[in-house]
Order: sequence, then C-alpha cells, then structure tokens
Amino acid sequence: MLTIDCPHCGPRPETEFGYGGQAHVAYPEDPSALTDEEWAGYLFYRDNPRGEFAERWVHSAGCRKWFNAVRDTRTYRISATYTSAGPVPAGIVRPRTDVPHPVSKGA
Amino acid sequence: MNQRNLPEHPDFLWDDPEPKSSYDVVIVGAGGHGLATAYYLASMHGITNVAVLERGWLAGGNMARNTTIIRSNYLWDESAAIYEHSLKLWEGLEEELDYDIFFSQRGVLNLAHTLQDVRESVRRVEANRLNGVDAEWLDPRQVKEVCPIVNIADDIRYPVMGATYQPRAGIAKHDWVAWGYARRAAELGVDLIQNCEVTGFEISGGRVIGVRTSRGRIGAGKVALAAAGSTSVLTELAGFRVPIQSHPLQALVSELHEIIHPTVVMSNHVHVYVSQAHKGELVMGAGVDSYNGYGQRGSFHIIEQQMAAAVELFPAFSRAHLLRTWGGIVDVTLDASPVMGLTPVDQLYLDCGWGTGGFKAVPGAGWAYADTIAHDRPHDLVAPYGLDRFVTGHLIDEHGAAAVAH
Ligand SMILES: Cc1cc2nc3c(=O)[nH]c(=O)nc-3n(C[C@H](O)[C@H](O)[C@H](O)COP(=O)(O)OP(=O)(O)OC[C@H]3O[C@@H](n4cnc5c(N)ncnc54)[C@H](O)[C@@H]3O)c2cc1C
Ligand SMILES: [Zn+2]
Repeated sequence: MLTIDCPHCGPRPETEFGYGGQAHVAYPEDPSALTDEEWAGYLFYRDNPRGEFAERWVHSAGCRKWFNAVRDTRTYRISATYTSAGPVPAGIVRPRTDVPHPVSKGA
Repeated sequence: MNQRNLPEHPDFLWDDPEPKSSYDVVIVGAGGHGLATAYYLASMHGITNVAVLERGWLAGGNMARNTTIIRSNYLWDESAAIYEHSLKLWEGLEEELDYDIFFSQRGVLNLAHTLQDVRESVRRVEANRLNGVDAEWLDPRQVKEVCPIVNIADDIRYPVMGATYQPRAGIAKHDWVAWGYARRAAELGVDLIQNCEVTGFEISGGRVIGVRTSRGRIGAGKVALAAAGSTSVLTELAGFRVPIQSHPLQALVSELHEIIHPTVVMSNHVHVYVSQAHKGELVMGAGVDSYNGYGQRGSFHIIEQQMAAAVELFPAFSRAHLLRTWGGIVDVTLDASPVMGLTPVDQLYLDCGWGTGGFKAVPGAGWAYADTIAHDRPHDLVAPYGLDRFVTGHLIDEHGAAAVAH
C-alpha cells in the first residue's frame, strides 16, 4: 500500500484516498470552438508515461480535498505532493495538448 | 487425460534465432496477441518472413499473469462478433495447433446482486441470444445447481439474486496456449526473438520502414504492435498518441485443494471472480489498482478486498491459504473495449486496449489482426475498434459486461 503525504494532513495510508488521473488538464477555454478531434483529445486522451507523472488524488477519508502528487509510475515512489491552489513545483511535466492524428486511410 | 497430471514436454518447442536484417512483418510483443497474429499471418496468409520481437521472455507479460477466463457474453454487436469468433476458434484450437491447451468449457456465471444487476443481466442475455451467443438467466436455486459451493443465503450483505450463465465459456492454460502458438508459428518459419526490446521506429515519408532494438536495427515492411500495457510508450516513439492508461492488475491463487469448484463465478457487484485451476488452486481476481502503473505489482489492500468478497460468496474458502499474488500491466480504455487497426503511420498497425480481458480474445484478435495487416485495411471484425471512434463518438461501452477485471 502507498503512503501518501496529504499536503493538509500529512502521511496517510492509500486506502484513505481516491485517484483522479492526470493533473493540470485544463477545461477548454472556449468549448464551442473545439473541433471533434480537440474534444477527443480533451475527453479521452491523457498522457501515460513510464516515469514521473503529475496526478490528482483526493483525501476522501480525511480532509476531503483534492491535491496533486508527482509519482514515478515504474517504482510508484511519490517525490512531491502540492495543493491544487498553490504554486506548481518546478520541473512538472505539463499534459500534452496536441490533438490525436487522423488515421490516414480505412475506417 | 487426468487434468492434474500434465503431459511431458520437450525441452525446446521453438528455436532461438539471431535476428535477420529485415522482415516482411515485425510484430512487437510476444504475448498471446503477438504470437497468435504471427501464427495466423503464416497459416492463413502465407506470410512467413515474420519476426516477433520480445523485450523479455516469450509470454512473460500479461499472458503469463491472467486468470484465463474465456467467454463471449458481451453486450454490443461489435463485441459479440469478435469475442464469439474468438470462442469458436478456441473450440477448435487444440486440434488446429495439435497441442494440449486444457481448454475446459465449464461455463461462467455472472452473478446479480441488485435489481439493477438483474435488469442489466437479463438485457444482456437477450442481446447475447440475438447475436447467437449461448446465454441463460438463472434464478438463485439454478445457480446453486450449477455451482453447489456458492452461498445463496439471503443473510449476506448482497444476496445472490440470480446470474447469467454461458455454458460454452471456460478456462485454458495460458502458458500452454502461448507455447502452442509459438511452436506452430516457429515451424512455419516465424522467428521468435526474445530479449529484444524495440526502442524506436524508422519512419520515412510517413511510412514505417524499420525498428530500432536493443539488438540493432531491423528493417520491416510492416510493423504490428502487440505490446499491451506498454503500447503508449511505443506509440509516443512513433509520434502519435493512444487513449490508453496503463494500470496494475493483480490476481492470486490459494494452495492446492480437492476439485470443488465446477465452473467460473464472477461478481461485478461484490467484486471478485473465482475459478479452480486444473491442478486445484483457487484462482481469484478483481479490479485494477486505481493509479497508473508500469510496475507489475499493486497494493495489498486490493488483494484483501477480493479475498473478503470471495469468502462471503464461498464460505468454504475461509480456511484456504493464500499462496501467491502477482500483477500485470493492463492497457485500459475509457469504454472498456480494445483499440485495433490502422494508425497515422503507414504500415504500422495497432492491437491494444484489451485491458483486463484480452486473454479470451487471443485467437479471435490474432486472426482478425493478421488479416488487417496482410491486406492493409481493417477486417470487418476490427473496423469498429479504430482510433477514429474516439473522434466520432462511436464508443463501444462494455463496462456492464466487463466491470470486473476478467
Ligand atoms: C492479473 C490479470 C488477470 C487477467 N485475467 C484475464 C482473464 O481472466 N480473462 C481474459 O480474457 N483476460 C485477462 N487478463 C487480460 C489479458 O491477460 C490481456 O488482455 C492479454 O494478455 C494482453 O495481450 P498479450 O497476451 O498479447 O499481452 P502481454 O502478454 O502483456 O504481451 C505484450 C508483450 O509485449 C512486450 N513488450 C512491451 N514493450 C516492448 C518493447 N518495447 N519491445 C519488445 N517487446 C515489448 C512485453 O514484454 C509483453 O511480453 C488479465 C490480465 C491480468 C494482468
Ligand atoms: Zn488530507
């Protein structure tokens, strides 16, 4: 089981937390302007790196606040946790926002 | 044959060749999907100048780690088509490969514990029948007839209210399935190359022409990915993205017991599934660990929860000892359906996103993927699973049929 250092409550067992996937994914600024490809990107595509990953957790059985963590998806080691409101630590890899490529042919 | 005494094996079932400088088709990943694809390319399409490149050892990924449940009772037409095609291939596979795979059609029960479960299950039974998939709705007493050890008392938290039953479903020995395909593919001329990690792609004019590997460059007319949980890492190298998240998925076995469990029981709601392996271990699994992970291991509370669920449904298991737990890396999509077909790079093909349930699909997906590769267009069974469905919105939502990892 992971031990997760909630920025508000300190280190607590993983069973107290819920997972929220990739962090820093921004809601589209002008949703009605998005193409279908851009919607697909926003709804269905998240980065899936083998290595460091900035992700969201919620302390459901504690302070019930969402926050962010940087975790290595190979070792599961968490190197930093930080509040959603506060400054983003240096070196955080931002989500890719490029749209999925169209497939060249076929259906 | 006595199921508990496995036959003797020769020491080697395939050669261990050095990679050639190029192949007509390079398949990345020697799990069930990669090996079946190689076999059908050779046997159905006469394409034998093929290499299967494997980073580790043959079928050491999810293929060695799954709980071997085979069934085709999915809800939607597109799913019924490919999973039922796969089940039909399973039914002839021992003969086709001339190799024991211990395919045992002992049936699967999918339990219902709430009114919502009951409605969803009955709907799925009707949908299955319309698609020619064998399916029945059983009441609790009939469930008990099929599986006498299951607890149908109404004093548990979520009493059994009935179940769907697919009699033709079952289990097989996953490692023997991989070896059976590998042996026949190698006999037909396919090179199975282990300890060979693909580290990059050579792309020229939008078309793949080779792969870079830990054992040097290998030229390729076509490249077919079959890398399950590692697919995102590879497609990033090829310059495009896939809508996949990789998660740990764990399973466990007990010590050996007398054979007491005649079928496969799955419960989405109490969240566990159980069968008994040929040698006598109780095999259990449940859902993925919530976080993304490439570590082939997960957290122990996941194991604890599935054992608690199993003991509630099968009080007889309460004294069974946990022998071993393990994890794989599963490639999860948002609609619980796979991604297959062409990609933005010419002559580079995709078979992934099978997530928690791609063992049952090994013959069917391998068969349809080989056809797709050979003809450079999606086979009819593959066409609904293209990357384009995430743009068009034509998702194939199988969360109901696939909710417990299986
Ligand atoms: C615990 C568990 C239980 C499961 N239970 C069931 C079940 O009961 N029923 C069911 O239908 N499904 C089940 N599954 C899912 C099923 O195992 C997978 O969907 C299926 O095995 C995936 O296809 P594969 O066999 O080709 O994958 P894998 O065996 O994972 O093959 C992919 C291969 O690609 C190789 N590879 C990756 N990257 C590279 C690279 N860069 N270069 C070279 N090689 C590379 C890997 O080493 C690996 O061997 C389960 C999975 C797990 C983990
Ligand atoms: Zn907290």
